[in-house]
Amino acid sequence: MSARLTRPNIQLNEHGKLKHFLTLEGLKPHHLTEILDTAESFLNPHTNEIKKVPLLRGKTIMNLFFEPSTRTRTTFEIAEKRLSADVMNLNISASATKKGESLLDTMWNLEAMQADMFVIRHSESGAAHFFAEHVAPHVHVLNAGDGQHAHPTQAMLDMFTIRKLKGDVFDLKVAIVGDILHSRVARSQIQALSLLEAREIRVIGPKTLIPPFPEALGVHVFHDMEAGLEGVDVVIMLRLQNERMQGALLPSEQEYFDLYGLTERRLAYAKPDAIVMHPGPINRGVEIDSAVADGPQSVILQQVTYGIAVRMAVMSIIMSNAALLAQSQGEAIDSSDTEEKAATQERPE
Amino acid sequence: MTTLNFDINQLLNELAQKVREHKLFDEQAKLIGIRTGGEWIAQGLHQRLNITSPLGVLDISFYRDDFSKIGLNPAVQPSSIPWSIDDQHIFLIDDVLYTGRTTRAAMNEIFDYGRPASITLVSLVDRKGARELPIQPDISALQMQCHQTLKLSGPEPLSMTLIENAEADQ
Repeated sequence: MSARLTRPNIQLNEHGKLKHFLTLEGLKPHHLTEILDTAESFLNPHTNEIKKVPLLRGKTIMNLFFEPSTRTRTTFEIAEKRLSADVMNLNISASATKKGESLLDTMWNLEAMQADMFVIRHSESGAAHFFAEHVAPHVHVLNAGDGQHAHPTQAMLDMFTIRKLKGDVFDLKVAIVGDILHSRVARSQIQALSLLEAREIRVIGPKTLIPPFPEALGVHVFHDMEAGLEGVDVVIMLRLQNERMQGALLPSEQEYFDLYGLTERRLAYAKPDAIVMHPGPINRGVEIDSAVADGPQSVILQQVTYGIAVRMAVMSIIMSNAALLAQSQGEAIDSSDTEEKAATQERPE
Repeated sequence: MTTLNFDINQLLNELAQKVREHKLFDEQAKLIGIRTGGEWIAQGLHQRLNITSPLGVLDISFYRDDFSKIGLNPAVQPSSIPWSIDDQHIFLIDDVLYTGRTTRAAMNEIFDYGRPASITLVSLVDRKGARELPIQPDISALQMQCHQTLKLSGPEPLSMTLIENAEADQ
């Protein structure tokens, strides 16, 4: 057996539990089910209302959004406040990084302000990992989307929505439609669906918006919308990432809609009880028709609500793991201390 | 170490009788059990008292004061209060009252749901000698000392065992 050196997963602590939440890559199915199960406990079973709980009282969470976001930042903020944490939103456009301060100096200054957790969105892939590699041991990092790399909490809220409405992810056929190439959401969704053993993951889109070697992702590729939607249980539409496109990857939005827009006629190719999802914001008439977006099979607004519970779950699990680790290390110190004393002390007669 | 098995049905009958005699009790009484043992006891009382309102269940995992020490209960489940708390006379039910911290957490959670008219604390067992908060049961069926520990198993069959001279493990 070859002894291959592998880089440790910086997301996990010594016990193999979540310390940061940066990507779904390298996680085990039980990490995902723990998040989904915990999120369930934040939802009132009768009303789906999410109550405020005192779990993170005294903790300070800083939302660092280096890239515009309304939905994600707002749901994170609500989740943090529902957990009773102290919340700081940093207006990065007016912050010190614009004045020439390095990202690390900014981070260390924020750490000195007693931050316990950073929620980071950045246009550069790997930004959240960069933070996680440099934060103090007691500080935790959550990735709220980094470049084209990952958006793990979005994927987890999508899995929660599927599980809530379809019973389980296992044994479902799921189609992800649109700009797979630029989508961090799609990347994380595919990883989550694979970990939770979805029966089939399909990606549907024009060749110019499908990444090279898609089979390595474990997906079936379709360039024909109707064929790709045939018999699926879940349809996940993606937003066209105009801001990340370079060059003419699409002739026009109208042509894209004609070929890949989700209309009622096309949705009929999926199973009759299929659900329609979209991470938002929706481009009506570009990737989805209003009749579908507002129709009976759309669960787009439920996704937003469930996003609060899922983000609460991730944050509380991470803080819980930190508490358990600290306790075990304390016990280890105590026990080693005791053993040392026992070894050095003379036994009383 | 000696163990002693109790007749749990007899204890529940006694507890139910005491609840029935309470001045705030009627058949529309609102019962809330604290998961897990308190929920089992509350189910037993709910049946015996022929109460028409559905049973409420609290999971106080998110309200514990030792989260920073022991983390999150991995078996946490949602609380379920299927009626409005406001202006209701609540019978809060637990299996064992020991330090009082669970009751404190449960009351905090109840007040996050609304403002009850009153809370009556019902505990199958009042384990004395180690209270850490000024909380006492209004109704209990059995009193024991803190050098004794109790093991409640359930929900079917519900059984209770007293263990003498065991370490307090709460």
